[in-house]
Amino acid sequence: MLDLLWLIPALPLAGFLIILVFGRLLGEPKAGHLATAMVAGSFVVAAGVFFDLLNNPEEERHHVQSLFSWVPVGSLKVDLAFLADPLSITMVLFVTGIGSLIHLYATGYMHGDPKFSKFFLYLNLFVFSMLMLVMGENLLVTFLGWEGVGTCSYFLISFWHTRESAATAGKKAFVTNRVGDWGVMMGMFLAFGAAGTLSYEGINHAAEEGIISGVTATAIALMLFIGACGKSAQLPLYIWLPDAMEGPTPVSALIHAATMVTAGVFLMTRVNPVIEVAYDWAPTLIAIVGVATAFFAATIAVAQNDIKKVLAYSTVSQLGFMFLAVGSGAYVAAIFHMVTHAFFKALLFLGSGSVIHGMHHEQDMRKMGALRLLMPITAFTFIIGWLAIAGVPPFAGFWSKDEILLYAFAKSPILYVVGMITALLTAYYMTRQVIMVFFGEARWHDQSEEHGAHGDFKPHESPAAMWIPLVVLAGLSVVGGAMQLPFSKDLHFLEKWLHPVVEFGEAKIKGTWAYDNKYVLLGIAVVVALSGIAASVLVYGKKKVAAIEPKVLADGWHYDSAISNFMGGPGRKSFDAVAWTDRVVVDGAVNGVGRVVRTAGSYVRRAQTGAVRNYAAGIGLGVVALLVWFFLRGVVL
Amino acid sequence: MSLLAAATPTTTWYLVLGAVLFGIGAVGVLVRRNPLVMFMCIELMLNAVNLSFVALAKRLGDIGGQTTVFFVMVVAAAEVVVGLGIIVSIMRRRPGATADDIAQLKG
Repeated sequence: MLDLLWLIPALPLAGFLIILVFGRLLGEPKAGHLATAMVAGSFVVAAGVFFDLLNNPEEERHHVQSLFSWVPVGSLKVDLAFLADPLSITMVLFVTGIGSLIHLYATGYMHGDPKFSKFFLYLNLFVFSMLMLVMGENLLVTFLGWEGVGTCSYFLISFWHTRESAATAGKKAFVTNRVGDWGVMMGMFLAFGAAGTLSYEGINHAAEEGIISGVTATAIALMLFIGACGKSAQLPLYIWLPDAMEGPTPVSALIHAATMVTAGVFLMTRVNPVIEVAYDWAPTLIAIVGVATAFFAATIAVAQNDIKKVLAYSTVSQLGFMFLAVGSGAYVAAIFHMVTHAFFKALLFLGSGSVIHGMHHEQDMRKMGALRLLMPITAFTFIIGWLAIAGVPPFAGFWSKDEILLYAFAKSPILYVVGMITALLTAYYMTRQVIMVFFGEARWHDQSEEHGAHGDFKPHESPAAMWIPLVVLAGLSVVGGAMQLPFSKDLHFLEKWLHPVVEFGEAKIKGTWAYDNKYVLLGIAVVVALSGIAASVLVYGKKKVAAIEPKVLADGWHYDSAISNFMGGPGRKSFDAVAWTDRVVVDGAVNGVGRVVRTAGSYVRRAQTGAVRNYAAGIGLGVVALLVWFFLRGVVL
Repeated sequence: MSLLAAATPTTTWYLVLGAVLFGIGAVGVLVRRNPLVMFMCIELMLNAVNLSFVALAKRLGDIGGQTTVFFVMVVAAAEVVVGLGIIVSIMRRRPGATADDIAQLKG
């Protein structure tokens, strides 16, 4: 199966091309089924590759398939090559696995949309780009996928582009991502300058051998981290992700929760030997940014009323946890949380999509309530997702979040405390959402006049194409934690599987207080999660305590408007200054040179009289002058 | 007989004649304004040089000079065709034009 590695990205690409040409002909639902089949096919191939790798001895779990030499320029040699190793195959498995579930879901969700086939065109292109990103053998192939997913994200956020907010949100995502892309490019240049190659193997090898100095490694790590901040929505570049919820819900689930936004975490894990060589403050900075983002986004999520906005801020927050893990050196935990988060966040997003679908495109949670009675499957699966993200054992999110916090404690108790408060807030706002949507009194009766066009308005359960993915993801959210259980070394399956790529992290924290008392930390985590849920039940379920939802949180700490004001005020002025410099200084220099030449020319041109006889005289005089010169030099004629 | 002997043409004579012809041609190009006459003066200069070539070839016993003259004559013949063609077309368009009238390329 290893030789069929190229087939994994080729299948979605084929799906994209077929829909590109025959999309209108296929129409609904054939285009959707084709796209789903292509991604599912990729998943089957990926599973085959996975078992092939698993059968190999550990040190041989590394297979490079080079398709052709892409950029052979001097010492820069870049192949279009794919890499199959435990890390990339883990990513490929969950990208294609969750991707095919979401494709299936979308065939139901996008039912009746006039641009049905175009939606699947973009989705398949996205999956192709994402696979290029994770399977790339070198930074350039990854960057190709990196730009590809960004473009598809733009297309899909603005999918309903006749709505102005959707078009603006797409633009915002694209522009913000460009800032991060600059970082990736700089990191790439630096890595090539230091290691002389762009392949991960070469760069990581150079870092391990000490060819890359500490300063350069720090610079590379931070530049790539800027890119990761853009793609994975970390402070200060997170602003595009909440707005990205303008896209159709399957897009939010696939791109803005499960796969694309984890690309930053993936990239940092890929180059983890470089981060190890970097100065100590570089990973510390990553951890601080991560935990700050996690806390910051969690506080905002507490006061959101849009069902998808809560999940969006929650995604930002959970991504912050992953960066906390990366900064703490817990790469396995980062990947672990990435996978479990992909399970339960995709589940929650698809569940919210099912609610939105059933509520006839109503997204305001204040107009929902008691939906468990009408949408039992959605409610049941959503509740599983809620328990997973809130950190209730034995659901998947508990184990991965706990492992991250264990490493965070070993790095610094402050990181741990902030992380724990964030976990408390997570349990609180997710419970709030579940209560507002599925419990309490039904508040959607008020809407019957508003939705008069639909006749008697009544939320309904979604079709099978939509709830089957929900059930599968709910199952994964329950058992996903089994990949890596903390109780014994034998249960660290993920860590052992990823070992060729990521060193065992445990050696680093062995002997610390946190490691010796990890069951105490487990207990604290359970207590924190349950108390968050209990507090929320008191506030929103029993209504014993008034809800605290300050406006400043609902407005996201005014971060968005602060950026608009800054960019509109001083930012605008500085851009104007740059434009002025360009116009006056740069253009002035260019135009000045031109003007000097023209002025000089206007005098010299008079020598060209146009009269043949003047030219002839010139030639004659020239001959005489040359003869005189030769004569004076004493040349013998 | 010494007078006759002195009158025997030597190479120098031919070279002097060539120089004189070349000078006449050069002055003609510079002072005359009729394109046709200027053209004839150029031909005169070319043939003055040809004369020098032949004289020196004879004197030095080197056939190269005479060979070169053939090339010059062939190229000159081609040049006459093109040059006359241009002059005829100019004269058709602007009868009685002089070389000084044709100064469109003035800077």
